[in-house]
Amino acid sequence: MKTVTLTIDGRTIKAREGEKLLWVALENGIYIPNLCAIPGVKHPAAACRLCFVEIEGYPRPVTACTEPVVEGMVVSTRSPRVDRLVQTAFELLLSNHQQDCANCPRNRSCELQRIARERRIPLRVKRLRKLERELPVDDSSPALRYDPRKCVLCGKCVWVCREKGTGVLGFAGRGFGRRITTFGDVPLGQSGCNGCGECARICPVGALVEKKADI
Amino acid sequence: MVLTEEEKRVALEQTGSILENYPPDRGNLIPILQQVQEKLGYVPLVAMEEVARHLGVPAVDVYSVATFYNQFRLIPPGKHQVKVCMGTACHMKGGHIILDCWKRRLGIDVNQVTPDREFSLERVACVGCCTMAPVTVIDDEVHGKVTPTRVDGLLFSFGVKIPKGQQKEGETVEQG
Repeated sequence: MKTVTLTIDGRTIKAREGEKLLWVALENGIYIPNLCAIPGVKHPAAACRLCFVEIEGYPRPVTACTEPVVEGMVVSTRSPRVDRLVQTAFELLLSNHQQDCANCPRNRSCELQRIARERRIPLRVKRLRKLERELPVDDSSPALRYDPRKCVLCGKCVWVCREKGTGVLGFAGRGFGRRITTFGDVPLGQSGCNGCGECARICPVGALVEKKADI
Repeated sequence: MVLTEEEKRVALEQTGSILENYPPDRGNLIPILQQVQEKLGYVPLVAMEEVARHLGVPAVDVYSVATFYNQFRLIPPGKHQVKVCMGTACHMKGGHIILDCWKRRLGIDVNQVTPDREFSLERVACVGCCTMAPVTVIDDEVHGKVTPTRVDGLLFSFGVKIPKGQQKEGETVEQG
């Protein structure tokens, strides 16, 4: 594999050609916010719209998870345009995220909290009206607890359920009604889920959590 | 909404004969679902499972597509299909009040069917007669300037009786 040299935020970095910019940055300790990115996936979903970066010579910011590195690339992870895009996307995500950090099992290990801290974006959304989804918590599985009101629709659980689990999870509906669910919206306990817990481990927020982690 | 054994059998039979015409390529998913709906009037869960097996995709993927597009209905249509217009004009003239009225009277939510299969309720976007707003279409017959009492009247014309105590509720909504 050919090695290329690129610059991220003034730092010279060597990377394998064709690797996605997001992973190169993260491996080198340069944080770029992300929720939906999965290492090694051929076609990134690029759904969370949080990993925007500026690349010299590009007319506008691009998502780092879809951009392969090339020789001599000059990248900047922050710019007024990037910050604005990321902040808006983040606020939109929070505007329908049920926020109860103090009682959330993922408090302090939540990816949303990390992005808020790294980019200094308040977790309380002021600019947008909060509109929470009225979906029931699914407590039917002996291994998992699924709270769709906290879900950010990153789709990582759907991917991992197919890779390592039984493939029962998927998206359904659209727009505000979009949700992660099972075939026919049956509760997880009756869906054929084997309770492997991979989805809870990959979930960046507190939507899918293992029950034993609760206690 | 529970399907009878007979309905499931018919659904599987029809789906099976439709699937014969399609190679197992996931690109055929939407045409297959459209065919199923054309034949049955709706896309039941049993048919989706069958389609998923044929195409070799997870059943939840078929469910995902069927719930994404408005064109697919997942429950059998009622004998009478009530469509409440939610277009701009009807919205301004209180279409949502009329929709709430239907919901309350039929005891069902949008995209559901009454347990006796008599009525199904849908919301539609503009039926093209905005001067008559708010509009309700029942079985292709357009009813304009609908009020909550008119909802009761229409139901009465289909032989549905509304208990005395409930009637008042509708009248107060109309005045407001």
